[in-house]
Amino acid sequence: MAWTRKFLRIDLTKGTVKVEDLNMKWADEYLGQRGLATKYFVEEVDPKVDPLSPANKMIFTTGPLTGTMASTGGRYSVVTKGPLTGAIACSNSGGYFGAELKFAGWDMIIVEGKSPKPVYLSIADDKVEIRDASHLWGKTVWETEETIKKTHQDPLIHVSSIGRSGENGVLYACIVNDLHRAAGRSGVGTVMGSKNLKAIAVRGTKGVGNIRDPKEFMKVTFEKKKVLADNAVTGQGLPTYGTQVLMNVINEIGALPTRNHRDVQFESASKISAEAMHEKRPDGKSHLVTNQACFGCTIACGRISKLDEKHFTVVNNPKYWGASGGLEYEAAWALGCANGVGDLDALQYVNMLCNEDGFDPISFGATIGAAMELFDLGLIKKEEIGFDAPFGSAEALVKLAEMTARGEGFGKVIGLGSKRMCEKYGRPDLSMSVKGQEFPAYDSRGIQGMGLTYATSNRGACHLRSYTVASEVLGIPVKTDPLTTDGKPELVKAFQDATAVFDSSGVCVFTTFAWTLADLQPQLAAALEGDWSMDKLNLVGERIWNMERMFNNSAGFTSKDDNLPPRLTNEPAKTGPAKGLVNGLAKMLPEYYKIRGWDNDGRPTNETTARLGL
Amino acid sequence: MQKSLHIDPVKCTGCRQCEMACSYENYGVFNISKSRIRVFDFEHTGRKVPYTCTQCAEAWCMHACPVEAIKLDADTGAKVVHEDVCVGCKVCTIACPFGTVNYMADRGKVQKCDLCGGEPACAEACPTGAITYIDADWTGLDKMRQWAEKTGNQASA
Repeated sequence: MAWTRKFLRIDLTKGTVKVEDLNMKWADEYLGQRGLATKYFVEEVDPKVDPLSPANKMIFTTGPLTGTMASTGGRYSVVTKGPLTGAIACSNSGGYFGAELKFAGWDMIIVEGKSPKPVYLSIADDKVEIRDASHLWGKTVWETEETIKKTHQDPLIHVSSIGRSGENGVLYACIVNDLHRAAGRSGVGTVMGSKNLKAIAVRGTKGVGNIRDPKEFMKVTFEKKKVLADNAVTGQGLPTYGTQVLMNVINEIGALPTRNHRDVQFESASKISAEAMHEKRPDGKSHLVTNQACFGCTIACGRISKLDEKHFTVVNNPKYWGASGGLEYEAAWALGCANGVGDLDALQYVNMLCNEDGFDPISFGATIGAAMELFDLGLIKKEEIGFDAPFGSAEALVKLAEMTARGEGFGKVIGLGSKRMCEKYGRPDLSMSVKGQEFPAYDSRGIQGMGLTYATSNRGACHLRSYTVASEVLGIPVKTDPLTTDGKPELVKAFQDATAVFDSSGVCVFTTFAWTLADLQPQLAAALEGDWSMDKLNLVGERIWNMERMFNNSAGFTSKDDNLPPRLTNEPAKTGPAKGLVNGLAKMLPEYYKIRGWDNDGRPTNETTARLGL
Repeated sequence: MQKSLHIDPVKCTGCRQCEMACSYENYGVFNISKSRIRVFDFEHTGRKVPYTCTQCAEAWCMHACPVEAIKLDADTGAKVVHEDVCVGCKVCTIACPFGTVNYMADRGKVQKCDLCGGEPACAEACPTGAITYIDADWTGLDKMRQWAEKTGNQASA
């Protein structure tokens, strides 16, 4: 099978490296990546653990299709307990790092303890060393990657690292690999920083073999690449416009959260859209340079852009004049719409800072939105920030991003995330978050299913746990009405379970714009020994979802935490197709629990756990 | 008619499907470190450029080999390394001006692109048409067509 069957256990407290055999029984029950690593995590870590204590662990994990020719087969995930939420965290990234880890002969790395001093992990096939990183501490992600490649005299190394925000305890710090791909959400980078682990550098030359039926695998992966190529979204929309194709669409349907969700449409949306990235600027160039693929990806939604060198953010700073990653839709929304800033170049500059110093643009941007509302209400004073921070101020956004990256002044408050910040100023209701994690770019008054998605997501508010936008807006796989709650509990459950399988396989969830589980199934079946029928995959997806849920229950989460901020359930949308609507979570949640086989407190019943083998 | 690999870097997205296809074709594993074609990522310009052997007519590697391990495949025009003859002396890697012949420490041999006997796996795997396998005498055809289209309307003047 497509596993190396070996993983590394790194004890940073003792400074030891151990090789262990992969538990193949668990691989059969939890597939890989998100599922399998979470199984290891829940078996080994106390759910009540302080996320930033040495007792928390973090697992870097690949899927069975990572490092193969299956399209998008380059993903890895980081599983830990998240400091932003206190819930299970699992953040997924592309780029080349995941495949390289597998090529080095490792399915997974479990990191435990805390190093007494800054270190990085160097992996070159079987040679695994914990190395001093005191010269890297205080450096950005970009400097870290460059320095490590120079030190080892090997440009083919791939690095996954934290920037200064991960060192400074920004609670939504990312782990960034290959300059601008990130395990972005829930503060997995903060956990890495708390362990004094600056980076993991990998070079692998062993490759991935052990495909059960190589001929069948090549045939079926080729066919499925054709499905992606022939699909309007994955074959044309995403390569041409990236995820930013959504900006104008979501604005039109009145589900574009604006100014901390006060509004659902943004008057400047078109200025920061995919179309705007293609247009010529005053300097005669367009913002977008090219698209880019992650490892193995035949979609290539990634954006590579260049700033206008005369823009106020970079006019004296040539360091930021080169091509760089961004903007993707979620970042453009959070940095732009959430705080009312319609300046494309300012957003891209801040996005570059997020990549350079490793912090989540979604949580950061949404926290700025909340700070601007608190400023607007007079609850945060100019003296505290050091300057005015009204909605729409690109200057304030940019300064606060620089301060957050470096852990300076009011940046320290922004680094807490919106929940802690809004509590501090006496208005917890103004944090647009669930379980402490900020919403992404879809207003659940205009896309009702997303309200349930957010409320029940195991890692706090997130679009990637059940992207019902696909059905409710784009009609994938079937069109449902975004303005009603009818049928949404079933829809959310189906998306959650299927997504858990995709996230555990090594491929990218963006394939699901064209693929269903039935397209993934034959690729897994050709790669792996054992039963990988549709029935099995459906069961595995549901099992993973419930396992994560049970961890959160044990960590102290109850049905009360499956909630939305009052703004979304009490304040009707002001404009657009959803005008007058609030989110109907109260209608959906009980039905969802029932379909899930959970009791009224949101706990899986004994019958459910028995059925799922949990 | 001979064909040759034709690379259009503007179309390359950096996905590495070509590298995996190459390693799978030749060694039965997905292992880009064994690939005979490499994609270079020029981060500061956003350009991604696949690069491999161009099968020189007067191939430096072939002439430099002291044991005649690199031979011409008359059907494809490829200069092919015969592993059973290669002694791993690496002189060809020094002779090649483009760096496209490389040593493999684990096998004690050199490797280079052999056009997969006339069906290059990289070209088949490339999802964007950045790598194609076309008439060796007309690699400029596409560019000619583009310019013909651009200038066609002025021809009558």
